[in-house]
Amino acid sequence: MRVTELAERVGARYPHIVVARDEATLTLDRDELLGALGALRDDPELRLGFLSSVTATDRPGRDPRFWVAYELYSLEHRHRLRLKVGLAEDDASLPSVTGLFPTADWLERETYDFYGIVFDGHPDLRRILLPDEWEGWPLRKTEELGGVNTRFHGGAFIPPVDRRST
Amino acid sequence: MSQHREADVLSTGEVRQETMVVNMGPQHPSTHGVLRLLLELDGETVVTCKPIIGYLHTGIEKNTEYRTWQQGVAFVTRADYLAPFFNETAYCLAVEKLLGVEAPPRAQVLRVLFMEMNRIASHLVWLATAGMELGAVSVMLYGFRERETILDIFEAATGLRMNHAYVRIGGVLMDLPPDGLDAIGDFTAMMPGRIREYENLLSRNPIWVERNAGVGVLPAEDALGLGVTGPVLRSAGVDKDVRRDEPYCGYETYEFDVPVREAADCYARFELRLEEMRQSLRIIEQSLERLAEPGPVMIEDPKVAWPARLEVGPDGIGNAPSYITHIMEESMEALIHHFKMVTEGVSVPAGEVYVPVESPRGELGLYVVSDGGHRPYRVKIRDPSFVNLQSVPAMVEGGLVADAVAVISSLDPVMGGVDR
Repeated sequence: MRVTELAERVGARYPHIVVARDEATLTLDRDELLGALGALRDDPELRLGFLSSVTATDRPGRDPRFWVAYELYSLEHRHRLRLKVGLAEDDASLPSVTGLFPTADWLERETYDFYGIVFDGHPDLRRILLPDEWEGWPLRKTEELGGVNTRFHGGAFIPPVDRRST
Repeated sequence: MSQHREADVLSTGEVRQETMVVNMGPQHPSTHGVLRLLLELDGETVVTCKPIIGYLHTGIEKNTEYRTWQQGVAFVTRADYLAPFFNETAYCLAVEKLLGVEAPPRAQVLRVLFMEMNRIASHLVWLATAGMELGAVSVMLYGFRERETILDIFEAATGLRMNHAYVRIGGVLMDLPPDGLDAIGDFTAMMPGRIREYENLLSRNPIWVERNAGVGVLPAEDALGLGVTGPVLRSAGVDKDVRRDEPYCGYETYEFDVPVREAADCYARFELRLEEMRQSLRIIEQSLERLAEPGPVMIEDPKVAWPARLEVGPDGIGNAPSYITHIMEESMEALIHHFKMVTEGVSVPAGEVYVPVESPRGELGLYVVSDGGHRPYRVKIRDPSFVNLQSVPAMVEGGLVADAVAVISSLDPVMGGVDR
């Protein structure tokens, strides 16, 4: 299915879909997420049954501040769809999709580890790449690069990089 | 406590059933780097297995947000360090998609050539380490010997054995050295015989077959649910290969087969990787034919192309003296342009893309977001090793602890990619 046809078919049920650079992005409320993932997976024309990736972006000062992005793929039809859920700064949580896609386990843990976004119903939501006792959410734009005490060289301090990303 | 236990055994005549928790790693010769497995053992049987990762986390994704778009290449190449060309190509394809540009045909052919060479090199490391872990030490020596030949070619072409930063936004760093094609031709002539040699050494070796056949079975349904891709998924009969399904860099114009097996065990993955090396050789030969025609290897657009004319001098790779003369003595505009591109870099329109490529370990996806600035807003590496590693408990639990070693090596995880 071409991306425009895909967008039309998905858009009939979920209107907030845009196509840019040959990629379709569907924006959803978090309450719709699980239902939509199930419906997109079971639709015989779509069969978006493979979850490639889960991650997030952070836009401080905007509402919603966080966008969680899911990359879906169909092995039968060889098309892709991106799902995005916006989350407010003071309520950064959404349902875990591990029940539908076991692969989301580590991907959601990574997103939690990096951004502090809570996935409700995740079986084991702990830090995955950073040490358990780490404080803060390093991939948030409000966190500096560096500016921490290392565990080496007698706990030497690495000054933060002052070249802030735009 | 132990006295009580002894007393129990003595008085009742029964053996107490207790499990033991063992840490395998993070420093263990068979964990491919710094992977730690928390194994709960009942005698020799694995009851539960928990992979623990993160020991090699270097914050590559965060770092890219503080550098120009072009500098990102040098960061992502270090993620999966056995597949640097794949990281670089996926990143550059993503940025090019955001920019709406395409690299010239010769650059695409060079990317394909080096990716397939890299696939063979990566599979050779897998063969070498898997052989060593299961006791076939001579295979380890052979694997690394042949890989060395590939790394020599990489070094001659890019200046570096690993972490090349050779693929650049809008093309590649530089063309092949004058004698580059000969070395690659010699390699493709030598390699089929060597692959046959590995096959003869292992495929009828009773120990190798015992240790691999029927071990680490992961049926297709479980593999798909866990997001497993690459040879491990194809060993379960699922015919998924990004090169053929969602072609990039012109893969649709090359002739190659995607081998698939049904057994879903470690032995099937061994067979698959050998076959994949043969298919890679086919692609390399086709790309060599196409490289006979000269052409540009970097996009013309001066707003995208890296401002340099590089060549290999006696002291390594550097800017050609003619280019230095041009910007330093002849043209003020060229100097200003050079300075702008090097310090500020390319400006990428706002948007987001997800670009998958088929790395030696499966689907390597780059999710890249731009807010219209001179630096990436977000770079997420969907590394196949990271996702595939989740399937270790499914393959290991219920089996023998010795089989865990075969399972991990058949998965071929690279911790640099897992932890990033």
